[in-house]
Amino acid sequence: MLLVVEQFLNGLQFGLLLFLLAAGLTLVFGIMDFVNLAHGSLYMMGAYFAATFVAWTGNFLFGAILALGATLLLGIVLEFVALRHLYGRDHLDHVLATFGLILFFNEAVRLIWGPAGLALPLPAWLTVPVAILPGIYYPAYRLAIIVVALAVALLLYVGVMRTRVGMLIRAGASNREMIGALGINIKLLYTMVFGLGAALAGLAGLMQAPILTVQIGMGENILILAFVIIVIGGIGSIRGAFLAAIFVGIIDTMGRAFLPNLLRQVLSSTAASTAAPALSSMLIYLLMAIVLVVRPEGLFPASRR
Amino acid sequence: MKNLNARTAATALMVAGLLLLPLYSQLSGNVFALTLFTRIVILALAAASLNLIMGYGGMMSFGHAAYLGIGGYAVGILAQEGLGSGFIQFPVALAASALYALVIGALSLRTRGVYFIMITLAFAQMAYYVASSLARYGGDDGLTIYKRSDFSGLINLSNRTQFYYLCLAGLLGVIFLIWRIVNSRFGMVVQGLRSNEQRMQAIGFPANRYKLVCFVISGTMGGLAGALLANNTDFISPAVMYWTRSGDLMVMVILGGMGTLFGPVVGAVVYLVLEELLSQVTEYWALIMGPLLLLIVLFGRGGIMGLLGRFSRG
Repeated sequence: MLLVVEQFLNGLQFGLLLFLLAAGLTLVFGIMDFVNLAHGSLYMMGAYFAATFVAWTGNFLFGAILALGATLLLGIVLEFVALRHLYGRDHLDHVLATFGLILFFNEAVRLIWGPAGLALPLPAWLTVPVAILPGIYYPAYRLAIIVVALAVALLLYVGVMRTRVGMLIRAGASNREMIGALGINIKLLYTMVFGLGAALAGLAGLMQAPILTVQIGMGENILILAFVIIVIGGIGSIRGAFLAAIFVGIIDTMGRAFLPNLLRQVLSSTAASTAAPALSSMLIYLLMAIVLVVRPEGLFPASRR
Repeated sequence: MKNLNARTAATALMVAGLLLLPLYSQLSGNVFALTLFTRIVILALAAASLNLIMGYGGMMSFGHAAYLGIGGYAVGILAQEGLGSGFIQFPVALAASALYALVIGALSLRTRGVYFIMITLAFAQMAYYVASSLARYGGDDGLTIYKRSDFSGLINLSNRTQFYYLCLAGLLGVIFLIWRIVNSRFGMVVQGLRSNEQRMQAIGFPANRYKLVCFVISGTMGGLAGALLANNTDFISPAVMYWTRSGDLMVMVILGGMGTLFGPVVGAVVYLVLEELLSQVTEYWALIMGPLLLLIVLFGRGGIMGLLGRFSRG
């Protein structure tokens, strides 16, 4: 029971992190119609910035805030220098160009920080276990991730649904030419949205950094998961991304934790130990396949223009 | 001769170069060139097969490296289990790839556009994870193939020159096949679907069935490349299926020129030779390659073949 609660929370935490990544991806796609493979690189850069700034300042929070700012800035520069020239091009061009950017970022990180991974140590006040229920302890840092990610999700919801800028963003998603014609500075809006997406990816990266090692290519595996999520949730839909992310996070984590034991009850133990890792890593892709068979546009497709 | 434009001239020159390469390697004693070009020819084959669905069929598959892995693992696993005959290994590699393409295609072709890019990517990644968890066949570390496919005296794959010519024959055979397909009634329908699917459907063609058949043909060709690649490296690991490898193949196709017969071959040669040269100059070759790709996308539309076409038109 204790293990189930703990793994459920781990899954929730992972899902919320995935949401931060997927939200940026789906926003950028929904509004600029731009496929950004380099989103995972921004996640990686967030983690590397955090590791560096925390080491410099000696303060976790301060370093994290600096890293967030740096990723935001990087996203804006990237959009300004290269990516804005690709809007309106074929999706294939986007894939190719951002694939080039991934090569570039991975190599740049190797050049600057070296091929070995970095560690981002947590401050003492975040390492203590917290009693979430009487007798059930959970690491404070993972709890903090859940809280921060939920707060960001809420902020994002309010920002997109209730503010003027959010209104423009939604308008841009449903008809780009029209809001340009109505005199909105669409270029600035695009840059802002891309920066926001970058900052969200950076936030996910820097929060994940203390749990895993900070290393080259860390953004690529998780990027694929983010893709799976926005395909399940429906491209362009933040609500879909949120639900799908939590779903995927929990299924993936729970599958890895409990599938071996479940299989052992039906199969012989050798067969179970061979099948379990394969099956648990396939689980979410199977889920995606099922969703696509039932609803090819995802669970919550954004209203098409 | 008006027909002898820059494009055909370049193509003929390249094919002649590929045919004569072992001779050069023999005369100059440059064994490395032959090793490098064997790899290039194999990946060109994979790129050509991707071009069939991407360039002619309009299906932007981002998971083509999966076939390299499936073909390769078919050879590796059979070799490990003591079935060394190429007459078994190659058909199994092709059949396994075709089967995978059939399942993946049937699911993926329900989607369009960027969904299709992402779902093919995700399925290839799934294949990657499955291969990583094959503990019996090396898991993450991969599987060494101690003996190349045995064609019982017909051809000896351990001989560099013979193996090179086998790969080149495979490449030219696949291109010939693609040429025949593209100019057949079936190929016309597939190209029609790329231009205007709704109209083709209105005329009465079952769109998805045609696309699926095309997808399976392409995947089977990819499996051939995989079986050859495993023989070339005497080794197969999940890394062959990693998604950056699918990206590499896409880059080759686009660099050379999508939807042209020899474009992928030109793309593969240029991309891999460039990679080789840059990695000799600096360890950090990707630092140059990445932005170069960006520039190619920004300014060079239609790839090298497109460029040559424009050049010859004046």
